Amino acid sequence: MAGMTRFWIGAGAVVAIGLLLALTDIIANSFWFFAAYVVLQYVVLATAWNILGGYMGYVNFGSAGFFAIGAYTAIVLYNLIKAPLLVMIPLSGIVCGLMGLGMGYLTLRLRGVYFAIGTLALAVVLETLMVNWDYVGGATGAYVIRPRTIEPFGDYVKYLTFVMLVLAVIAVAAARWIERAKFGRGLHAIRDDELAAECAGIPTLRLKLIATTVSGFLMGVAGAPFPLYVGFVEPASAFNLAYAVNAIAMPMIGGTTMWAGPVIGALLLGTAQQIANVTISSELNLLIVGLVLVLFVTLAPEGIVGLFRKYFGRGR
Amino acid sequence: MFTFDLFWNALVAGALLGGFYAAVSLGLSITFGQLDIVNIAHPAFVILGAYIAYMGNEWWGFDPILTGLVAAPIFYALGVGTYRFYYEAFERRDDEALRGLAFFFGVMFIIEVVLIMAYGVDFRSVQAPYIGGNWEIGAIGIPTRMFVPFSVSVAMFVAVYIYLARTFTGRAILAVSQDRLALELMAADPVRVKQVGFGLGIGTAAIAGALLIIIIPIEPSVGRLYIGQVFAIVVLGGLGSITGTLVAAMILGVAESLVSTFYGPSWAPAVAFTILLLALAVRPQGLFGR
Repeated sequence: MAGMTRFWIGAGAVVAIGLLLALTDIIANSFWFFAAYVVLQYVVLATAWNILGGYMGYVNFGSAGFFAIGAYTAIVLYNLIKAPLLVMIPLSGIVCGLMGLGMGYLTLRLRGVYFAIGTLALAVVLETLMVNWDYVGGATGAYVIRPRTIEPFGDYVKYLTFVMLVLAVIAVAAARWIERAKFGRGLHAIRDDELAAECAGIPTLRLKLIATTVSGFLMGVAGAPFPLYVGFVEPASAFNLAYAVNAIAMPMIGGTTMWAGPVIGALLLGTAQQIANVTISSELNLLIVGLVLVLFVTLAPEGIVGLFRKYFGRGR
Repeated sequence: MFTFDLFWNALVAGALLGGFYAAVSLGLSITFGQLDIVNIAHPAFVILGAYIAYMGNEWWGFDPILTGLVAAPIFYALGVGTYRFYYEAFERRDDEALRGLAFFFGVMFIIEVVLIMAYGVDFRSVQAPYIGGNWEIGAIGIPTRMFVPFSVSVAMFVAVYIYLARTFTGRAILAVSQDRLALELMAADPVRVKQVGFGLGIGTAAIAGALLIIIIPIEPSVGRLYIGQVFAIVVLGGLGSITGTLVAAMILGVAESLVSTFYGPSWAPAVAFTILLLALAVRPQGLFGR
């Protein structure tokens, strides 16, 4: 499969370039790494959301909840054993994966709109739990001390950004694999007509459980480095609605049917937000997200990928 | 630390709070319960109403409830406009589920950010003669800032209920999601009926917003917290049941009040969502569901 190798060559090149930039001082100003980290984090979040929302048609409004629990798992590990980043990431992923599994069982009773509202409810319940849990800082928040440097990267932020880049590549590769495997076709069948899929002998519950687990795992992974990145975590920042909105807006803008959609959406919208954050104001950048989201769901339901196919492509 | 005085006080405060919740949920009970439009932006419209009451009070010293009543027809028009847009963009193409939801999510976000840009994130409140008073009946205190919104809310609820139950248009609104075809055979245009219903739902948000800012100082992002409350109430009450909405609002108000009295206010936000999750998982059709 030529497409297969081309994808992996591209992914390898991205990682190699990232490693080069992180190891050398070609980009001296660490601001660029701070900004790139956020954009890459959104690539992971948007891709994770899309596995559920785009492929399977189950809208998750609670992305911020998963992201935050990933971050809080990391804080617990930090408080307990001063765990290093590479221990935090898989464990946060596992905790959120289990949470995703629980959410998957919710789909037994909840379909469509009710599922979406249920996930929103889940996020608020989790936030209340964290506000009332003093071990992780409660309402006042918790400090995590970021090491200043790490070998061989030098600046710790470079290391964080590189790790996030690797996570983004892993997430996208997973989404791409799901899309092409039999599993992904099963998810599409669920999206189009769950009852018909069930009747056709597709094990819908098992597929849904796997999808929610994978999606939750990836969101947790995206949240794990967050405490080390910001240095101070409070419930209001970790459960920020911006994560939930962006996780939905980015795939919708990029296109929900293909792995490239969330990536394009996250790169465009994430970069635009970083620019707006610096040049205009953080409120205005959120307004832009809202307006662009409404514009796209109304006028271009297939997203940028869809527009591209319509005008240039002959399909896949 | 349980005493009966505390308990009765919490009960009364909860009932008053529940009355207010009924006002906030009434609009969603119509738009979501009757018309099947998942207006997740409803609390954002309530906050918008609250800020209009604030402006009227701050600039001209108008009474907030009066401002709410004046703003209600404007909100009605806003609702009609929003529905027309929603209909043209999503409902007519039969593509409302996922994208309609994302659309309202975006609308909610836009309202919130515009309010933040205009007024910042400081808490705002209003002045009125009935704010700050307190009646004592035995050991039970009834703050007037809760009692006045409660009365207005119940009055609004009764008025809307009578309108829906007694007039032709009202009955058409109740019928539109149950049997479109029958409605068309009665020579009523379903789209126009839904338009009126949605306008009515958003219209109640103007008054509910005025009541909200009387009860508690607000800032733009508090709307999000109410998503849980309003959906919990509408789902618990049973989609399509206006009476159920009132009962569920009372239940939630009392439950929240008891939890925040005996466990601390920081646990109160979880009550609504826990009830919502339980209702969705155990009895999705609600208490009075169709």
